[in-house]
Amino acid sequence: MGQLDVNSLSKFWDDFTAVDNVSFTVKSGEFVALLGPSGCGKSTTLRMIAGLEMPDNGELFLNGLPITQMSPGQRGLTMVFQSYALFPHLTVQENILFGLQVRKVHREERQRRLKFAVELVDLGEHLHKKPSQLSGGQCQRVALARSIVSEAPLCLMDEPLSNLDAKLRGQMRTELRALQKKLGMTVLYVTHDQTEAMSMADTIILMNSGRIEQTGRPEQLYNQPETTFVAEFIGSPPMNLIDHGKTLTGIRPEHIHISSDSIPPSVHHTVTVVSCDYLGADTVVQVRLDNHFLLVRVPGHQPLASGRTLSISWKKQNELTFCSSRSQRIAPVQNLTFNNNHKAKEPENAA
Amino acid sequence: MNRTRQLHAWLLLLPALAMLAAFTHIPVISTLFNSFYESPIAGKPGQFIGADNFRFVLDDDIFWKVLWNNFWYALITVPASIALSLIMAIWVNSRLSGRAIIRLAYFTPTVLPMIAVANIWLFFYTPEIGLINNLLEALGFEGQNWLGDPDLALPSLMVMTIWKEAGFFMIFYLAALQSMDTSLYEAAAIENAGRWQTFKRITWPLLMPTTLFILINALINAFKLVDHLFILTKGGPNNASNLLLYYIYENAFSFFDTAYAATLTSILLFILALLAWFQFGFLDKKVHYR
Repeated sequence: MGQLDVNSLSKFWDDFTAVDNVSFTVKSGEFVALLGPSGCGKSTTLRMIAGLEMPDNGELFLNGLPITQMSPGQRGLTMVFQSYALFPHLTVQENILFGLQVRKVHREERQRRLKFAVELVDLGEHLHKKPSQLSGGQCQRVALARSIVSEAPLCLMDEPLSNLDAKLRGQMRTELRALQKKLGMTVLYVTHDQTEAMSMADTIILMNSGRIEQTGRPEQLYNQPETTFVAEFIGSPPMNLIDHGKTLTGIRPEHIHISSDSIPPSVHHTVTVVSCDYLGADTVVQVRLDNHFLLVRVPGHQPLASGRTLSISWKKQNELTFCSSRSQRIAPVQNLTFNNNHKAKEPENAA
Repeated sequence: MNRTRQLHAWLLLLPALAMLAAFTHIPVISTLFNSFYESPIAGKPGQFIGADNFRFVLDDDIFWKVLWNNFWYALITVPASIALSLIMAIWVNSRLSGRAIIRLAYFTPTVLPMIAVANIWLFFYTPEIGLINNLLEALGFEGQNWLGDPDLALPSLMVMTIWKEAGFFMIFYLAALQSMDTSLYEAAAIENAGRWQTFKRITWPLLMPTTLFILINALINAFKLVDHLFILTKGGPNNASNLLLYYIYENAFSFFDTAYAATLTSILLFILALLAWFQFGFLDKKVHYR
């Protein structure tokens, strides 16, 4: 198990700044998601930690040891690639054992680790198949097994689930998280999918154009976004932002209610329906308030005709206020009590 | 419906089939046929003599010498040009400045016609005024009669052939290297695989389909390309640099022994068929195709 420290890491491509002075720490046994839109520098950051790109500035420490100048192999970490990077001419077993053979791990030890990893990811019957004979999910498991047998202190994952179909992705998400907890792996996981980050990570590092926008637990990013970028990136559908000139008011779609009677202190508006998106468990209604469009999440199937007038309301305490020039949140979260039910997450190393 | 489709299919195949038949299949059959007859003399067709031509081949010292030459020629030039082309391809595939120029430089011998290449190398090899001897003498060594010495004539041809072929094969290796998934190399680097291990366990196995393709081409070329002999040695001295196809040409068009040339051609075809069978029937099963 290991701890990774990243100190003011930067990378420039000609005059474009890919990664701008990024610092963070991944604690031992922690699952950290590096989240952000494409081109935000999250993959470049991961590749610099892996040693596949040289940073132009900054330092990396793994368990206190400086690894910035080391070759990828010397760093002793492991990586799961988006494309799995399985060797097509080798069998599943040879793929899993490749690194151990290169590192001259003793034969009995190799077999022990192979057996352990194969049982964990349930690949027993496929050991002698070539990657081309496997499904996407099975290839993913081989790539995972290859990381597990290395017993490296840090496991880097570069969008490992993005090549799977939606159903399998959900399933692998659960398995991956369970596996990480069971083995106590330290994982740094790059993704552009906020669902993956929210559902798996202990800590999310949200990046935007090369810089860290906010770091925190998933519920912190959701409930207390520091900037308008975080507010709009986290959550589906995103937070509504209402422009008041100098300030912006942020309100989550699920905090808006369609009704006139409400308990003060609350905010009332009369709006017109623009469109409805029925999603099964709920319906997302787009409404117009003056010249703003708001999204309202209402439970169940609610086919509201467009053009219809509605009255909506939300509790004042659910509002967030942002400064419109700096895009930063200015008002403190008005009432922190609603956070309590999210804090049920058990502390690390509870055992 | 089905009948007209069949007819259309055959009509579409007809031009290619007609050309292949006229210039490949019918000549092959007539060559095999002719190898069992005497050469026609003064327009009179030759008599059927059974396997006499083949018996004569077995007793022909020049045939054995030429076959032996060709065997060495293939054995040296094929692996040497493949190895050289692979090294060049890996070199020009790496990130180095001016690699486009280097690629072009390596590929230049390929675009030159064999006759032109032979003329250039004739200038290199010529005694007295040749480039190589001038260099050797400038360095204080004795010049050699590269193409006139029976011990040096065939090796001199081999060097030129390797020079000519390597650039061509490099293009195939380069294309294969560029289509490779770079994440495989990154995965290997993270597992701490060194350059040699990466080459041995990843690059080389994944290049096998290309190598097999090149091997077939190189072997066929070793028997097929004899243009340079016309310029450089004409098979001499004393058949020291003669190759099978050039010997066939000599028999057919210098000695006008067409039946014997047909017999030798049959043997050449048999050798090539054997090589093709070995490559496609045996090596092909050992190669990983993506």
